[in-house]
Amino acid sequence: MSAAGRRRMTGWALVNIIVIVYALFPVCWIISLSFKDPSTLTDGSFIPTEWTWENYHGIFQTSEFTRALINSIGIALISTVIAVVLGTMAAYAVARLRFPGKSLLIGMSLLIAMFPPISLVSPLFNIERIIGIFDTWIGLIIPYMTFSLPLAIYTLSAFFREIPWDLEKAAKVDGATPAQAFRLVIAPLAAPGVFTTAILVFIFCWNDFLFAISLTSTSAARTVPAALAFFTGSSQFAQPTGSIAAAAVVITIPIIIFVLLFQRRIVAGLTSGAVKG
Amino acid sequence: MTASAPTASQDTPPPKDDRALSEGARQERRLGWLLCAPAVIVMLAVTAYPIVYAVYLSLQRYDLRFPQQAEFVGLSNYGAVLSSEFWWQALWVTVFITVVSVVVELVLGFALALVMHRTIFGRGTVRTAILIPYGIVTVVAAYSWQYAWTPETGYLADLLPSGDAPLTEQWPAIGLIILAEVWKTTPFMALLLLAGLALVPEETLRAAQVDGAGAWQRFFLVTVPLMKPAILVALLFRTLDAFRIFDNIYILTSGAHNTGSVSILGYDNLFTALNLGIGSAISVLIFLCVALIAFAFIKLFGAAAPGSQEGGR
Repeated sequence: MSAAGRRRMTGWALVNIIVIVYALFPVCWIISLSFKDPSTLTDGSFIPTEWTWENYHGIFQTSEFTRALINSIGIALISTVIAVVLGTMAAYAVARLRFPGKSLLIGMSLLIAMFPPISLVSPLFNIERIIGIFDTWIGLIIPYMTFSLPLAIYTLSAFFREIPWDLEKAAKVDGATPAQAFRLVIAPLAAPGVFTTAILVFIFCWNDFLFAISLTSTSAARTVPAALAFFTGSSQFAQPTGSIAAAAVVITIPIIIFVLLFQRRIVAGLTSGAVKG
Repeated sequence: MTASAPTASQDTPPPKDDRALSEGARQERRLGWLLCAPAVIVMLAVTAYPIVYAVYLSLQRYDLRFPQQAEFVGLSNYGAVLSSEFWWQALWVTVFITVVSVVVELVLGFALALVMHRTIFGRGTVRTAILIPYGIVTVVAAYSWQYAWTPETGYLADLLPSGDAPLTEQWPAIGLIILAEVWKTTPFMALLLLAGLALVPEETLRAAQVDGAGAWQRFFLVTVPLMKPAILVALLFRTLDAFRIFDNIYILTSGAHNTGSVSILGYDNLFTALNLGIGSAISVLIFLCVALIAFAFIKLFGAAAPGSQEGGR
């Protein structure tokens, strides 16, 4: 390799390393914090001097965290399933069918994508108290699936537009109704896009904090991000730093797994929906 | 906007006789409505109805401790909010955070997008790394920053002259909130810009180079104009998103030392002051601000909302 080529390689290696460090160092810091021995928590060093699993043992001893983890997983999964099912139906219609009111649907999803959640917190808080779903799973699932619907509809309709639709026409020529063509031909082809959308929607629901602290009051439905804000130390005087760090790492694990396994899909999903519309 | 134009013709059904066509079209229309109905009903029931209800609540004096004493008070809650310095303080903080973070994100996002677009190796690794800030739970990242900047605990605070606690002073704290926000959301901006970059034809850039345009000229005179739709969409989304900032501030400062955003103010009025009337008035005002920003973007800059080209199909 020529000297210029080597210089270019080194230059890009340096740039890549800067980007990777930028992306990872806050994550590394919270991981390091979670492995610090309580006595060394305040030594301020980036790498733990005393490694310990104690913080992790601690959080899994209390129902405070385990209950929140179950809530997080359950609520995010159910919301994702509902949002993706409803989104798939609407996106198919948007991508393939011609019917009056389509632009209205798109305008409405856009409006909701831009909607400030805080504006809904006060009315939802009151409505949910009146009808008795405040501080329940349902009470969180409803706003989550609603706010992730626009994301689902956009991403899915972008994916759906890439599907070879001639197959659908062929099915129709063979005598399938539009509904059959949807179920038997298109649905299997659309599966990868649906899966990607499900990941994006899950990340969205997993991430929420505002609804989670506003629409819950006990551990019955409080998800992990909200529960973190209520963590107390093992004793009254201990700071919960180690427990919060450990819990934070635990809820980051699924995100890291998704990113490592499905990087290509997530990038495609994020960009197709927004740019190609 | 033009991207979907060619596909429009392929949607036109093949000519058949008139009755069959209208029969098929009717069936298609019915299926379309049927498939969209659940999504539309959910979205209307969970956003349109509550926002109307929020307007109704905002016209009441409604203290959650004394729900029996709720009464209609007209616009006086709005008067109370708009004449309160807390609202204006929170609004300026929010606008400042929004403007600064979106500008920084645009510049950094462009740099990141160019790196991802041009790097000659490790492209997958860089993209994987970049998705971590996007995917990580905001609250988790916020705690990481909070501990990093807390004296004694944090490695970053230890770099400062001792005795400095940046999260307890207004401007340093706002700076750190912006830093946390920028770190978390730049990757999303970068990915949107990356998709825009992919649409810039390589030949156009090469032609400009042959004509003697330098790297900066190529970037500002060729790449940026061609990417204008992608840039505007990214800006619109990020501006609206930044305006709603809540999680980072809640964890980093809880809005203390005059660092609260309008969302924090609304939350505090609702859950600390337990004043549903004032809280709802703030909710409605935030909604109006967001609508104003979106309107300004679409009208002034001609940002094409993603999907808006669908209207013509």
